[in-house]
Amino acid sequence: MAVLVVADHDNLTLKDNTSKTVTAARALSPDVDVLVAGQSVAGVAAQAAKIAGVRKVLTAESEALGKQIAEALSACVAPLMAGYDALLVPATSVGKNFAPRVAAMLDVAPISEIVAVAAADTFVRPIYAGNAMETVRSSDAKKVITVRATAFKAADEGGAARIEAVDPGPGAPHTRFVSDEIVKSDRPELAGAKIVVSGGRAMGSAEEFHAVIEPLADKLGAAVGASRAAVDAGYAPNDYQIGQTGKVVAPQLYIAIGISGAIQHLAGMKDSKVIVAINKDADAPIFQVADYGLVADYKSAVPDLMAALTAAGI
Amino acid sequence: MKILVPVKRAIDSNVKARVKSDQTGVDLANVKMSMNPFCEIAVEEAIRLKEKGLAEEIVAVSIGPIQAQETIRTALAMGADRGILIQTDADPEPLEVAKLLKAVALAEAPRLILMGKQAIDGDNNAVGQMLSALLGWPQATFAYKLELAPDTVRVTREVDGGLQTLELDLPAVVTADLRLNEPRYASLPNIMKAKKKTIDIKTVDDYGGAGTGHLAVLKVAEPAKRVAGVRLENATELVAKLKTEAGVL
Repeated sequence: MAVLVVADHDNLTLKDNTSKTVTAARALSPDVDVLVAGQSVAGVAAQAAKIAGVRKVLTAESEALGKQIAEALSACVAPLMAGYDALLVPATSVGKNFAPRVAAMLDVAPISEIVAVAAADTFVRPIYAGNAMETVRSSDAKKVITVRATAFKAADEGGAARIEAVDPGPGAPHTRFVSDEIVKSDRPELAGAKIVVSGGRAMGSAEEFHAVIEPLADKLGAAVGASRAAVDAGYAPNDYQIGQTGKVVAPQLYIAIGISGAIQHLAGMKDSKVIVAINKDADAPIFQVADYGLVADYKSAVPDLMAALTAAGI
Repeated sequence: MKILVPVKRAIDSNVKARVKSDQTGVDLANVKMSMNPFCEIAVEEAIRLKEKGLAEEIVAVSIGPIQAQETIRTALAMGADRGILIQTDADPEPLEVAKLLKAVALAEAPRLILMGKQAIDGDNNAVGQMLSALLGWPQATFAYKLELAPDTVRVTREVDGGLQTLELDLPAVVTADLRLNEPRYASLPNIMKAKKKTIDIKTVDDYGGAGTGHLAVLKVAEPAKRVAGVRLENATELVAKLKTEAGVL
């Protein structure tokens, strides 16, 4: 059997999600190819070719693929599946957007956001906002799967796969790209960050969120996250949201500041290696998952933490 | 313009799901059920389009047990015009749901299908995309803002890096994300009025039948629990623990 992985990238850089998805794919088969679909992706394809264990890198290029339009991606990928037994796609907003379309085109049942491969046809995935883990077996000859990349280790580097162009497909005749509003930031991306500093509704305003959370994040070289409550209140942009319906992160260190710890939020960060909670409410549920808790008002605790980090030479 | 809004009866979002002790599923006996929150947002958006004079009729469709009538009734009380229940006690997989909804769409011929991006039970986030692919209609998932014109819809979507705006030719499939709107509560007079609105009860065979499932659930288990750690006195102690004990700084 052979597996096709679709790379996560922005036409310039290959994202870590890709090599983590390759690890999931190699649990199914040693024959793993990576498709880089986009526009002007020679650089990304060269990065993908270096992932250890990748047999071949395919590139498909068109304007619609460059904008990662779902209709274009599925029209490109579905015919390629004639040569594969499984499609594995990182469960990003792009992957979730097009993978189910490929499943429908192949008349198979998609399997969303797997966190473990139990057997070549059996997978584990969270349901009910992470309150239950479902083990599901697929009887389809071809599997279409999205992968929660944080649950898998990145594959090593050191490969030298050959690169080959494939048909980009017909594009998306009924869908037009209008614009992007991509938040530019020098901070690491949430999904792959080693440290994440997150703020909650306790911040009280967008100004306070910026003034408290961002300097701490910058001191630690961390990405910035937020609870749904903080995003809904307009304190932080929507792409900061961590939780079952937002982003799922699993950094080395997760610092939750003024976050109560609703189930929805916990589902998005409880696989972090070390969790720190700072909250003045000693009964906040976040403390039940935190390795280290500080029961304190963030207004004093965060400046104290900044000072303690400086004192420790950080 | 006619808008079709699929709605799902699901566990109430304020109820914590509990796994059955025999690990065959989540215990839904005597649990409060409601309209899936993302479906509610889709219904609200359809009603706002009708209130702006951009749509004439809103049809709410649900696939599920006879109790799913209550879910449709909620949509009718919010402002949908009529309902269709495809009654089944089986729990069809997303692919089967998409096929049934395709048959409904071909029979009803809406210009827009507006639905939730995912249901909070299975968390598949797949039906809208599959329905779009099966119909050959364009799609915009994770809608944050929607502007409807007679022949096109412009949708701003929540994506990982921020927002993306697409323009789709109608007919199209749009799935709602959390921040598209804040759904209204149905008023008492509207709840009374909704009782007089029609719900057609259909079977899966009326829409081409349900296929056999492709997936077998082998086990549903509790997630691994984290153990609560220690409470610290101050930030200095915290930094020391993070450096030496946890080794993450």
